[in-house]
Amino acid sequence: MNEANCPMDRDAVIARYFLEHRAKLIDLAAFLDRIDRAGGDGAVVDDFRIVAMRKAIEELLKHQDGRARRIQEIFSDHSTDPIAEAPMKGALGAFNPDEST
Amino acid sequence: MYIDPHVHMVSRTTDDYQRMALAGCVAITEPAFWAGYDRSSAQGFFDYFRTLTDYEPKRAEQYGIAHHTWLCINPKEAEDLGLAREVLQIIPDFLEKPSVLGIGEIGLNKNSRNELMIFEEHVDLAKRHDQMILIHTPHLEDKLKGTKLILDALENADVDPGKVLVDHVEEHTVELVLDRGFWAGMTLYPDTKCTPQRAADIFEIYGQERIWINSAGDWGPSDPLAVPKCQQELRARGHFEDMIRKVSYDNPFNFLSQSGKFRTSIG
Repeated sequence: MNEANCPMDRDAVIARYFLEHRAKLIDLAAFLDRIDRAGGDGAVVDDFRIVAMRKAIEELLKHQDGRARRIQEIFSDHSTDPIAEAPMKGALGAFNPDEST
Repeated sequence: MYIDPHVHMVSRTTDDYQRMALAGCVAITEPAFWAGYDRSSAQGFFDYFRTLTDYEPKRAEQYGIAHHTWLCINPKEAEDLGLAREVLQIIPDFLEKPSVLGIGEIGLNKNSRNELMIFEEHVDLAKRHDQMILIHTPHLEDKLKGTKLILDALENADVDPGKVLVDHVEEHTVELVLDRGFWAGMTLYPDTKCTPQRAADIFEIYGQERIWINSAGDWGPSDPLAVPKCQQELRARGHFEDMIRKVSYDNPFNFLSQSGKFRTSIG
């Protein structure tokens, strides 16, 4: 990593991007509310994608640089060997630990 | 002025060529990719390669955009080893075409054994024919693992990292690629890869050496004007014009010119 930095000062960064990210945060809250309101089995949402998302949200609150990278790693498959056969073409956005067994 | 070094124009309308030209695009490169369905025979790829090497350059030229291509069978179709190897056999017939820059976009999709095998056979083909390589890294949760497998395979094959671009890097993979001496590409997608803002962040954090941006515009949610939008983002942050030119024109120009075939509509 080199020493390059954002040429804007903090006040300018907040002024330029705050509304956009405020909206994204409310979108996220509304998404989690929507899951709660939707029908389905069980009171606790244990879908692997939402479990990963909750971990990612915890990461957001840490006062430590590198949040984007660490959140990418939370959603990632950390195994190292090629799988036997591709089960599908697409990706789901978070690693499913049940698929690794 | 800019180069979009990764865009799938077979999936876009001629209006997009016009819009890209109006936004300052002077050259593009179009890697072979998945059509959204599995082709039923190698003949389908033969016709696709004819489209990429014959028809698309003419369509682009109408708008003053120089068109180039990369050839391969995409990792999404690599599970069928028989088909993949048939396609590998017809690729050499096209490598002497004036707009073919090399082998791509090869790589992994779900990180399967067959995908890795066909990837390695593409790398071997590139080495035997002294071709440059454009790499596709997997999507979302598969990207980190796939990038590591790809980089290990490239090092095992002893390829020149200066002639390989590893595309679709994000925050968790860019350093892996640059640290091993390869070139890195950032794809600007609305949801599933980098936004223009995050690409600008990555330039600020990791610098501007051996790295470029592209739209990878295709038949899915994507934006063929993503590169000029990232230029606009960098400009709004106060970056100098020479930095913006470096990542959106000079870097792709310097990498692609190693092929001996790359040109822009301005020279």
